[in-house]
Amino acid sequence: MFSFGDIMAEALGLILTWDRDLSEIVLLSLRVTLTAVAISCLIGLPLGAVVGAFRFRGRGTVTVLLNALMGLPPVVVGLFVYLMLSNAGPLGILGLLYTPTAMIIAQTILVTPIVAALTKQVVEDLHGEYAEQFASFGLTARARVAALLWDARYSLLTVALAGFGRAVAEVGAVLIVGGNINHVTRVMTTTIALETSKGNLELALALGVLLLGLAVIVNAAVMALRASAVRAAYA
Amino acid sequence: MFRRHLLSLALGATLALGTGAAQAQDEFIVVQSTTSTQNSGLFDYILPMFEEKTGIDVRVVAVGTGQAIKNAANGDGDVLFVHAKPAEEKFVAEGHGVSRANVMYNDFVIVGPPADPAGVAGMSDVVAALTKIAETQAPFASRGDDSGTNKAELRLWKEAGIDAQSSSGEWYRETGSGMGATLNTGTAMGAYIMTDRATWIAFGNKGDYEIAVEGDPKMFNQYGIILVNPEKHPNVKIDAGQAFIDWVLSDEGQAAIASYKVDGQQLFFPNAGG
Repeated sequence: MFSFGDIMAEALGLILTWDRDLSEIVLLSLRVTLTAVAISCLIGLPLGAVVGAFRFRGRGTVTVLLNALMGLPPVVVGLFVYLMLSNAGPLGILGLLYTPTAMIIAQTILVTPIVAALTKQVVEDLHGEYAEQFASFGLTARARVAALLWDARYSLLTVALAGFGRAVAEVGAVLIVGGNINHVTRVMTTTIALETSKGNLELALALGVLLLGLAVIVNAAVMALRASAVRAAYA
Repeated sequence: MFRRHLLSLALGATLALGTGAAQAQDEFIVVQSTTSTQNSGLFDYILPMFEEKTGIDVRVVAVGTGQAIKNAANGDGDVLFVHAKPAEEKFVAEGHGVSRANVMYNDFVIVGPPADPAGVAGMSDVVAALTKIAETQAPFASRGDDSGTNKAELRLWKEAGIDAQSSSGEWYRETGSGMGATLNTGTAMGAYIMTDRATWIAFGNKGDYEIAVEGDPKMFNQYGIILVNPEKHPNVKIDAGQAFIDWVLSDEGQAAIASYKVDGQQLFFPNAGG
């Protein structure tokens, strides 16, 4: 009944007849996800580096917690953020429910543990090599974290991309806190869910192909950035 | 060099993405509504008319009636536009809503596979049809999500004196999801499904399914509209919300609803004041 060719034709049609609504959805997807990933990196990179580089009481517990939180179900995060931001909840006064900001908050909660846990692993491995040098230089803790993050930067790009992949693909959290409101909080994944529920399966899958294309572009851009930076560093 | 490059790039991107895009219109209301009004395309058709006239942006959150009512009871919306009269009246009685008005109606139908394993095709007595489905243990896919359609379906089973939920997981299958998802699932498993007519007509994945049971007055499906009570929820935008309700109930709004057609068929029949 369904053929792969039909779906690819539909995806191609979407691209050829690209309209304002589609741009809006694609741009909002990028805006929400990239902002969430940027904030997650601001929190998760230093957090992961500290846990990875230093010994302290409760380090094992923090590690287990971070690793476990990587598996947070989006729908649970969505519910939690909904209860916080609902007008009946503690932060209702902010009026953030059903806005892109609410979606960014939810995705940040989803992505931060991934960034932190993977950063921790990368930094821990690197720290094993650097520990003696650090000690001989008498570096402060702050300088150590900065040096480790800097030297691990290429691996950490992949960490950020892992977070991007998680955020751009999830639908459970943004559907609840965003409400899938047309022209306001409708993103790629919620559109796919909506078209599926309308029974427009080819269109839904074509949008999925588009989403995949978007992820490829973002990944390629990051890799290109990395390659040019590597060249610059050795030039 | 690279550090500065990366940092400014990241910062720039964050700022551009975080602040620049999609400055929403000044005035908007949030309407908690149901999937049937959204999936059928009704809102896409009538809302631009209202928005053009008043400049008020209407943001629709389309979920099952049960969830819409709970969201509205939390104050997360200005207007409630759903289809489960007893639950709506309870919502008003509990002080969450100001008052309830009829907007429009359509009807429920039961769709089924062409093989018609329960032999109900062409029936118009829904209670008799459900009884036959239960007797033959033909698969029946239920929303199972406390939505308006689900509530109506459960009322009909009760009227037939059948405890369908005791067979849940056997021939009675609760999908726990929206109308569209239930239609996707139900048609794939060859089950009978009760759906509102609007969603069915606009549904794009019918396969070889057809309407089996229709025309029983018991399958009447009334939609109502309620302003969320500003005394209970001070954030409610009274003027804008009331303006929307007034428009939907006005001659103009009612005519807009009546003129919405899919494949030449009218999906909703206005009956404000009725």
